[in-house]
Amino acid sequence: MKRRTTLKAGVALAAMTLAGAAFAADPIVIGAVAPKTGPLAGGAAVTHWPNIQLWVSEVNGRGGLDVGGEKRMIEVIEYDDQTNPQETIKAVTRLATQDKADFVLAPYSTGLNLAAAPIYQRFGYPQITSSASTDQIVELSDKFPGMFFLLGQNREIVGDAVSILNALREAGEIGDDVAMVNVADAFGIELAATAKPIFEEAGFNLVYETSYPLGTQDLSPVMKAAKAADPDAFVAWSYPPDTFGLTEQAIIEDLDVKAFYTAVATAFPAYGERFGAAAEGVMGIGGVNTASPEFQDYAARHMEVTGQAPDHWASGMMYASLQILEQAIEGAGTIDREVVTQYIKDHAFETVMGTVDFDEHNNNPEYWTVGQWQNGEFKGIASTGRDGAVPVLIKEGWE
Amino acid sequence: MTARDWQKLITAAVLLGIAALLPLTGNAYWLSLGVSVAMYTVLATSWALFSGPTHYISLATAAFFGVGTYVMGSGIEVMPYWTLLPLAALAGGLLAALVGLATLRLSGVYFVIFTLGLAEMVRQCVTWYQNQTGHKGTYVLTELTEADIYWQLLGLAALVYLAGWAIQRSRLGFALRIIGDDEEVAAHSGINTALVKVALFVVSGLVAATVGAIIAPRYVYIEPATAFAPMLSFQVVIMALLGGTGRLWGPLIGVIPFTLLWEVISASFPNQTTLLLGLCFLLIVYVLPKGFVGLMQRLDLMRQGREAFA
Repeated sequence: MKRRTTLKAGVALAAMTLAGAAFAADPIVIGAVAPKTGPLAGGAAVTHWPNIQLWVSEVNGRGGLDVGGEKRMIEVIEYDDQTNPQETIKAVTRLATQDKADFVLAPYSTGLNLAAAPIYQRFGYPQITSSASTDQIVELSDKFPGMFFLLGQNREIVGDAVSILNALREAGEIGDDVAMVNVADAFGIELAATAKPIFEEAGFNLVYETSYPLGTQDLSPVMKAAKAADPDAFVAWSYPPDTFGLTEQAIIEDLDVKAFYTAVATAFPAYGERFGAAAEGVMGIGGVNTASPEFQDYAARHMEVTGQAPDHWASGMMYASLQILEQAIEGAGTIDREVVTQYIKDHAFETVMGTVDFDEHNNNPEYWTVGQWQNGEFKGIASTGRDGAVPVLIKEGWE
Repeated sequence: MTARDWQKLITAAVLLGIAALLPLTGNAYWLSLGVSVAMYTVLATSWALFSGPTHYISLATAAFFGVGTYVMGSGIEVMPYWTLLPLAALAGGLLAALVGLATLRLSGVYFVIFTLGLAEMVRQCVTWYQNQTGHKGTYVLTELTEADIYWQLLGLAALVYLAGWAIQRSRLGFALRIIGDDEEVAAHSGINTALVKVALFVVSGLVAATVGAIIAPRYVYIEPATAFAPMLSFQVVIMALLGGTGRLWGPLIGVIPFTLLWEVISASFPNQTTLLLGLCFLLIVYVLPKGFVGLMQRLDLMRQGREAFA
């Protein structure tokens, strides 16, 4: 008796599954390759993976993507590239050839995106990058016409930071003396190398300048020396661990500056949580228009679905890249990769970060460059054409 | 050369010819695995040329590989591609000679530790230089395809096998085997042990650097963290040990199953890849201490034993 019930239930279930399969269209297979282990796993866990989770749950919650009048669910296949470009290449190839993915989301970080670019190109996937930072956009989009760049360019990110200090100086808030430090690794070196001539051209004195190796635990000598130089402003081209480390030391040393800037991870929610009121007035890379209802709504959904808040730099861009893909597929009404790629080039897209309209080099010309912690939120204070920048605050102590 | 030698040589050439046909199938998936297999075959075989007979475990592969990658990365803007391959080999060989002269007098564990630190040291030097000069990103943009890279690696593999074969038959190879058995005895027999070891270390260094230079266009963007990834050194050692270092073809029969295993794990368990790979490392060392070559020899012995009793 018992067995028969189970059997009946089984038959019923099978019948339902069959019926379901007969009615629903095939899902759209989307590949995702990014670090789950290795040096960049931490950053990807904040910026990359949660957005994919959010996007998939929302799209499928709506019943899928509308492709030419037919609703199609999305099915995501995720691979860990171990922060190793060889593995990224293998995983994207595997997605294209074995999993027959209809689209593959862009990988995480500059290096992994560029290593995979020839494979995206070969299989005709649009590659909408939201975490690749390069000053070779013209050459790269020429060679890889399906590669798009959302995050912006270093010289504008650095240039705007200097302009903010310049404005403070002209307002009489700070003097000429700047202490500048950088982490001795790819992105930190590049930012510092870009910044130095811009500072000098603007007539600032670099009263203290140094670099420290990647992974330095004890940053107190750096901060002590910076303090001894008595600067008006402190600028660090830093990575996540040292962004936290330098801020901590600045609090300990009670560094008396009117402008304090740390680079990557200043926009992370964890920064505000860790330093609380002391974070007030700290500037960093990124920023968003926190007054925008679209962004507020996105942040709330992000929190609800993934249990964590988005960062205020690349998170929104990552989500925007997914919105662009979604709108392009629905707008083009097909999953033909070539048509979708062309659609992305030809159209503007409404995203949580505002309208994105790629220029002739597949570059997003409008993005946030500098943000600042104000009233417990990291807000955009400078951008290359976004609305909603708030006025800059003077850093007043660490209490 | 005996008829048997010719037979071996021809078999090897035929197998290589078959391997060279892979890109013509047009299957991108197998080609991307083929690049991995070819790359690790070259690295593991050249590693085993030195470490096999001498039992010196070198973890310097990543250092040489990274040097080769950076020679390509910094030279591609100003020099033709083909001149950079020998330059990379030269740089790798020089580094190996310097390191070898300084450290191969050390024995056992000191050598292992030094080679492990070498990749990090070279990486720090590259970073220091970039920091001093305000470096802005290293790009290797070429027209080379996966197939081109695969064929170059195969060509290099052929050279490594030829070199290995020649060394085994030479006085150098004989001297190496004596050193491996007992370094004291070798020294007392009048063998310049330091020189022999350095010579072989240079071979493995220049090969690894050439591999780095060939792979650089595949990375497109070169960063110290990926060029000098220490994981590479360990992978090469594990693959060579899985195959067995007693024979020239030993590493190859380690590389192929390991690459496939790696692929299966990466594809099936994307959230536990690193954990499962670690378990495999442990299993290999525990179950197959002498690799597949050792296993085959043991089976062979058992069969002969049974025949003797029968």
